[in-house]
Amino acid sequence: MDFKLQTGIFTEEQNFKPLKTDIVYDVLILGGGPAGFTAAVYCMRKGVSTGLIVKEIGGQVAETAGIENYMGYRYINGMDLAMKFKEQVAQFGIDYDEKGTVKAIETGDVKKVRLTDGRVFSARALIIATGAAWRKLGVPGEDELRGKGVANCSTCDAPFYVNKKVVVVGGGNSGIEAAIDLAKVGEKVTMVQFLDRLTGDKSLEDKLHEFKNVQVRYEHEVTGINGSQSVESVTVKNRKTGKTEDVSAQGIFVEIGLVPNSEFAKGVLKLNQAGEIMVDCASRTSAPGIFAAGDVTDVPFKQIIIAAGEGAKAALSACNYILMGE
Amino acid sequence: MALFDEKIRQQLRDILKNMKDAVNLSFFTQEFECWPCTDVHEFVKELASLTDTIKLSVFDFQKDKARADKFRVDKIPAIVLNGKDNAYAGIKYYGLPGGYEINSFIQDMIELSGRKEPLPAAIASRIAAISKKVHLQVYVTLTCPFCPGAVAVAHRLAQESAMVEADMIDVSLFPYLGQRYQVTSVPMTIINETHSLVGVQPMENILDVIKKL
Repeated sequence: MDFKLQTGIFTEEQNFKPLKTDIVYDVLILGGGPAGFTAAVYCMRKGVSTGLIVKEIGGQVAETAGIENYMGYRYINGMDLAMKFKEQVAQFGIDYDEKGTVKAIETGDVKKVRLTDGRVFSARALIIATGAAWRKLGVPGEDELRGKGVANCSTCDAPFYVNKKVVVVGGGNSGIEAAIDLAKVGEKVTMVQFLDRLTGDKSLEDKLHEFKNVQVRYEHEVTGINGSQSVESVTVKNRKTGKTEDVSAQGIFVEIGLVPNSEFAKGVLKLNQAGEIMVDCASRTSAPGIFAAGDVTDVPFKQIIIAAGEGAKAALSACNYILMGE
Repeated sequence: MALFDEKIRQQLRDILKNMKDAVNLSFFTQEFECWPCTDVHEFVKELASLTDTIKLSVFDFQKDKARADKFRVDKIPAIVLNGKDNAYAGIKYYGLPGGYEINSFIQDMIELSGRKEPLPAAIASRIAAISKKVHLQVYVTLTCPFCPGAVAVAHRLAQESAMVEADMIDVSLFPYLGQRYQVTSVPMTIINETHSLVGVQPMENILDVIKKL
């Protein structure tokens, strides 16, 4: 048995100080994924007064089984990497709040951040790095059968599908990883892919093709999830012929990309059609003194290493804004 | 064979230095140990050997029925965690706290030893208002990275209220329970047999359900 001890939870906690409501910070960072944590390290090293508001440590990184494309680690699991980020931030003794959810932000010389629990924090500059969440299919049965066969985390839930039939929706890296996890234990995995090809990394695709119990349905989409108590079948539609068919399955894993966590920025910052916060090459949003980084922005390619880099850039821009008024 | 390697042992020793007062672990097994029982037995023994602040007692589920009843243990392997007075705190692990669950187990011990952050006043007053018996069962798999979050929330509730007891249950050891509650996604928290919540839920959401019971 492996023990995935996360020493960061226990030993570094005392270095964090509670976030204060009665002062104006130079920079407040919203988000505890790679972008937010990296921004925090850069701001602390610059010596500006900094606060960090984290809803979930690691964000999507924590939900990723294995990571092979973050430099410095040939292989690391997502939760471990997230904890290493947190430990690295903890050494600076930053003002820190965990589990708070941002409800609204306000622009101005002093920006306000309102949390759902009623607290209000102030800062001269904000860095928004609130990331993204799983995108839903938006088909009948999805909400009703969530937790009853409709799932997102294959690492967590694969053990429930031993010798069972499952559908995986989405042919990107997340979809392929889920299909591999499930093919190891399940009787049959049907992948439903919108396009006529998979869009993941070749190394993952090669691994997928080693499994004989995986079938990929290209140019198909899911139009319904059926079952009374739990998932019994998934209705798929051929996008070329329009023909629909019920695929027998006890589970369905939805891996079709992300929606940005930008609800609180609507009407305050300029968003694109996908709801992503629009930023320029220096991470500036449409409001002066508000910067954004990572998966919540319109920067292409949602990758850990890109989010981390963007976090560094946003922090340096925010520090310039504070120190030089740029 | 030892469960902990030397690196983990040293890390655990360092972390457990943060414990304030003693914590009592009661492990329930049986004379002819079930296969998961042997692992959990080894786990509690190795853990208790790391520090004097962990007091371990081992009980036979059948022969020590009075003690099992007192701590409301109804299946094995079970670990019951209590504070220094060994009064029943309502915190249990059914199965090995392995994989990611080691973290919720260590956190429980540190909190039970008397070292914990106070809860926000609004939440504390809602917990104080709980007037009915509440039983939380948190179903997990040991490969689930966020399950310890759900276990920690349930166990903190149990610590704060004498009305609440909370179990971590490794669903792979108790598949019949998984079937009874139709657990197909973890973490899943079953509240008094009648309500269920999927995912890591903030304490407010669990309190909302408790209020409706």
